[in-house]
Order: sequence, then structure tokens, then C-alpha cells
Amino acid sequence: MDQTPRTLPRFSATFDPGTLSEIRRAAATGIYDIRGGGAKRKLPHFDDLLFVGASISRYPLEGYREKCGTDVLLGTRFAKKPIALKIPVTIAGMSFGALSGPAKEALGRGATAMGTSTTTGDGGMTAEERGHSNLLVYQVLPSRYGMNPDDLRKADAIEIVIGQGAKPGGGGMLLGQKISPRVAAMRTLPEGIDQRSACRHPDWTGPDDLEIKIEELREITDWEKPIYVKVGASRPYYDTALAVKSGADVVVLDGMQGGTAATQDVFIEHVGLPILSAIRPAVKALQELGLHRKVQLIVSGGIRSGADVAKALALGADAVAIGTAALVALGGNDPALEDDYAKLGTTAGAYDDWHEGRDPAGITTQDPLLAARLDPVAAGRRLANYLSVLTLEAQTIARACGKSHVHNLEPEDLVALTVEAAAMAGLPLAGTDWIPGGARY
Amino acid sequence: MREFDLAAEPVRALNAALHALPPDTNETHWRVANPQGKHAIAVGLDAPIEIQIDGHAGYYCGGMNKSATITVAGNAGVGVAENMMSGSVRIKGDASQSAGATGQGGLLVIEGNASARCGISMKGIDIVVKGNIGPMSAFMAQAGNLVVFGDAGEALGDSLYEARLFVRGKVASLGADCIEKPMAAEDRAALNAVLTRAGLEDVAPDEFKFYGSARTLYHFHVDNAGRY
Repeated sequence: MDQTPRTLPRFSATFDPGTLSEIRRAAATGIYDIRGGGAKRKLPHFDDLLFVGASISRYPLEGYREKCGTDVLLGTRFAKKPIALKIPVTIAGMSFGALSGPAKEALGRGATAMGTSTTTGDGGMTAEERGHSNLLVYQVLPSRYGMNPDDLRKADAIEIVIGQGAKPGGGGMLLGQKISPRVAAMRTLPEGIDQRSACRHPDWTGPDDLEIKIEELREITDWEKPIYVKVGASRPYYDTALAVKSGADVVVLDGMQGGTAATQDVFIEHVGLPILSAIRPAVKALQELGLHRKVQLIVSGGIRSGADVAKALALGADAVAIGTAALVALGGNDPALEDDYAKLGTTAGAYDDWHEGRDPAGITTQDPLLAARLDPVAAGRRLANYLSVLTLEAQTIARACGKSHVHNLEPEDLVALTVEAAAMAGLPLAGTDWIPGGARY
Repeated sequence: MREFDLAAEPVRALNAALHALPPDTNETHWRVANPQGKHAIAVGLDAPIEIQIDGHAGYYCGGMNKSATITVAGNAGVGVAENMMSGSVRIKGDASQSAGATGQGGLLVIEGNASARCGISMKGIDIVVKGNIGPMSAFMAQAGNLVVFGDAGEALGDSLYEARLFVRGKVASLGADCIEKPMAAEDRAALNAVLTRAGLEDVAPDEFKFYGSARTLYHFHVDNAGRY
């Protein structure tokens, strides 16, 4: 027997097992991988920031006792009827079609219980959704599926969607398995087709046109509704400035960790910016225009905890939006359903084939039997609980920093743990006064 | 006849007055003077009234119209009658790009020419253009009928769904998945109905060619990749 020492089998860091499996999948099928969710790669994120807290030089507030406000007023720039949220966490746009009816109902129930808003998606407004959401934001998307002026007038705010963090520059996608008769009718599409919606709006191009489009929407709704402009994190400094120039009341900025119902994996993982790097440029644009806090900024993409909420607000956001975390709170990717996930060739926590419509949790499906698995009352309660925890956690941190309102959190309360995060968030590296990156824009 | 002078009052006042009308209003005839190319004239209407706009309108004139009959005695800017639900909009002159974009119902008649993207993403509206239409018209058009008396620009009906396209003149080129089809009886009936509604019955349906979706791009197939 050869006694020569041998090296262990060694996988390439470049051609790792996941990469190899994707090459084999591509070679077998000839088509790109489509999935739901946001970027799964490790990215600089809020975990790379820390609050410094209070001690001798800063005076904390008593936890549990002293008031720490969480309310947010959105749409104060032009709208006659701004939206008043009780908490700085909103529910991001997700369509009926991508989500089941019970899932949309549960989002409405949970958000309403906590005094915050939900948002429609690429597919129009359903009566159930309007009925269960006390505050509902109606999206105006490039596809304009189901768009109609009655729903526009029923909405509490209007969100013009330019893009989303998972796919800045890409349009919507909903594969045939989820184009049920009701979804098809709402979108004026043949049943069962693979729907790919437009990435550009059909009736305006560029910020000058957008300004006139916003004027039209305001005219149709008699200047009552706040108008949001949602962009994927792409060129946040310029996009924020242009949204403001176009007349937005609120800018919504979505990082690449933000989920989508279905898009090419290569798009999700390789286009767009992590939200950590996008907030400061957007805030800088608002500050330079003298409109920080006057045009409100909502950020999203990877918000999981009250710490994330507090960090986003400290960087200058007025509120955050959650999507993926809300679906988990409803019951998505629950290990209790492991047997079902295994049958789909995946495992709880990793399930992302939302486009196939076979979600055992009954959330990302149009299958009536699967959808019936989700109890919208219980799921709504779980979401309310989760929103409550996010708020309590953010308040806890804010009080520890001596703030009587979560909006009083500021960059000065934060340091970065890594050079990358310090540069992206414009914060000093912990233990130093060094902010890498220098002046930008 | 109620008169409204946009040289004296803002568009906001006009739209507010129109929005305040109840469905059974007696003020059913309106005339708007001096539109001066202003944007968002007579948008979001929801009453069976008739409005004559004496001059040129800017962007989105008649946007999201329901029930009203709007006539522009001039040209119209971008997105005229965008997302119209019902009623009708008639442009005596030319229309800019995205005329009738995403319209869900109603009738849009353009007596002159229409620019690029006419009928883009249309979802049930009927559009008649007596002149020519520009490139990328009926892009991703989902439902409804587009009738063109003149010529169509490049990439007509690209990524078309179930809208019907009728063109009497030349088509510069067809977009992905748009093909010429034989005009079946139901297509001819649809064309006749649109022409009748538009008051243009002196045109023979046989003078038009009919275009629709080849439906080859309705599902992802690797072999279609080269067609996009």
C-alpha cells in the first residue's frame, strides 16, 4: 500500500459546490434560475454597525418608563391627507398573485392592529386587502395591471414603483403556475401564461415626465393622497434628488436584500446595492435640498430586528418597510413544515421557489388547498406580535441612546465594525475617528 | 353649456369642478377655452358629461376617464386618455406618444397621427388613428382593438398578448411574437364595431390587414431566447 501522504480532497473557493450545482442545472435546462426572495450572498449590513449607547457624556432614558415616541407622519409635503403611522415599520408592496388571499389578509390584519400600513403589488387592489388594511398604499407600476381610478381614490397613499432592490432595472414576473383565473382576470392576461411585466412605465420617461405624471395622479385624487416614489438601491443620491424634483412626498429606497416574488437569481445577486450603502447618499440628497424629514424616506431590504430598524432610522430614514421578515412572521419557511419542504427538494429556511406556487405554508401560492392552510387571523396576530417586538426593540435602543423619539437617533450614535461598513455608511470605524471613503457626490 | 377659461383659472379648479359633479348632473355640456397645452386637463372624470377643449392639450388629457365624452379641438400631448376605463376621447389633431396607454376600456379616436407607443399595454380600450402611428405601438398590448388607417412604425405589437391590431397602410416591421393573421369573422366583427362606434363606417374592413399574437412567447422556453 502506498504510504505517501495525500492532501485531503479540496473544493475550490471559486467553483464551490453551489456554483458547480448551478453550472450543472444550467447545462441541463438551458434557462436561467428563477427564484423568489432577495440577495442571499453575505453583504455588509446593519450587523456591521453598533450603537455606542450613553454613559457620562450622554444621558440615557429609563427603559420601560420614559416616553420614546415611534409615530411617523408620511406625506406632509404636498398631500392634503398625510398618513399617520403609530410605528416606524410598514409592510412593503407584495401582490395578490405573488401572495395568496389569506396571506394578504393576514398582512392587513397584523399591520392594522399595530397602526401601520400595507401596500398592494403588481396586480391591483383586492376588496379583501382594502377591507383588512386600515391604511393601504396603492402601487402604480409599469404594468398597470388592474389599475383603475376608483382604487386610486380608495387608497390612503399612492406609490409609483420605479424599481425594487432585488432587481433595479427589471420588471415583474409571475409564472404560469400562479396565474389562476382570478389573477388572470385582474391582470387582463390569459390564464396560465408566464407573465413578464414591463420594466419601464408606459407613459413617461425621465424625471421631467415623472413630474407631470405625479401632477396627473394628484389631480385625479384632488391632491389628497401622499405620493411615494419607490426606487431600487441603484444610484440613491441622484434617484432621491430626482424623485424629490418630480414632486414625491415620500421616497422609498429598497436594497438588494429586499425580496421579490420571482426573478432571475443572477439579477438578484448581481444588480443593485446593499441597503447599508444606500441610506446615507439618499439622506444627503434630502439634506442638500433642505427636505430631510419633510420628504420622508422609507428604507427596506433585510430589516429583521428592532436593531435594524433603529440603525436605519439613525442613518436618517423616517421609517422602514419589511417584506421577507413579514412572510416569516406569518409562517413562511417554518421548520414545522420540514417534511413538506423536503418533498419540494429543499429545506425550511432555504425555500425560495416562490414562483412555483407550491408553498406549503400557504403564503406564496394561488393553490386554494395550500392557501387554506394559512389562518389569516392567527397569522395576522403573529405579524402584529412581531411588529410590536421590532418597535419595542427600537425603543429600547433609542432610550439607551438618550432619545425620546426614535427619529432622534442619529449617525453620531453609531460606529462601524468593519472598514467596509464604515465607508458605506459614512461612520467611524469603532475605536477610531476614521471614516473611510471621504467626501462623495 | 358651462364655460371654463384656463387662461383665467388653473387646471386644478377645472378638475375640482368636474370631480364634484354627481352622476346625474344636469351640467352635461362643458367647454374649456385656452387650454394652452396645459397638463392633466379633465383627468379622473366619472360622470356622463361632454367636454369640448378648444385648443391644444398637454400631457395626460382625459387620463383615467370614466363615462365622459371628451373632444380636443387641437393636438394632445403624451399619454392622452391613459388608462381610460370607459367613455370616449377624440383628438381632432395629432397625438404625442403613449396615446391610450394601458387603457382598460372606452374609445380613443385620433383624427391625425399618433406618435410612438400608441396603445402601449392597452387592456381593453379601442383606439382608432386616422393617420399614422409611430414605432413600438401596441407594445405588450393585452386586450382591445387598435385600428390604424395609415402606416405603422417599427416593431408593431412587440410582445403582444391578446389585443387585435388592424392596419390599412404599411407596417415598417413587426415586433417579437406579432404576426399577420387571417381576419376571422369575429375579428371582422370587432373591427366593424369599433369603426361604427367611431362614426367611421365608410371604410371597408377588407382594406385592413390584421395582426395578432403568435403566442409563442407565453411560456419560458430556451429555444425562444433568440427571439427577444
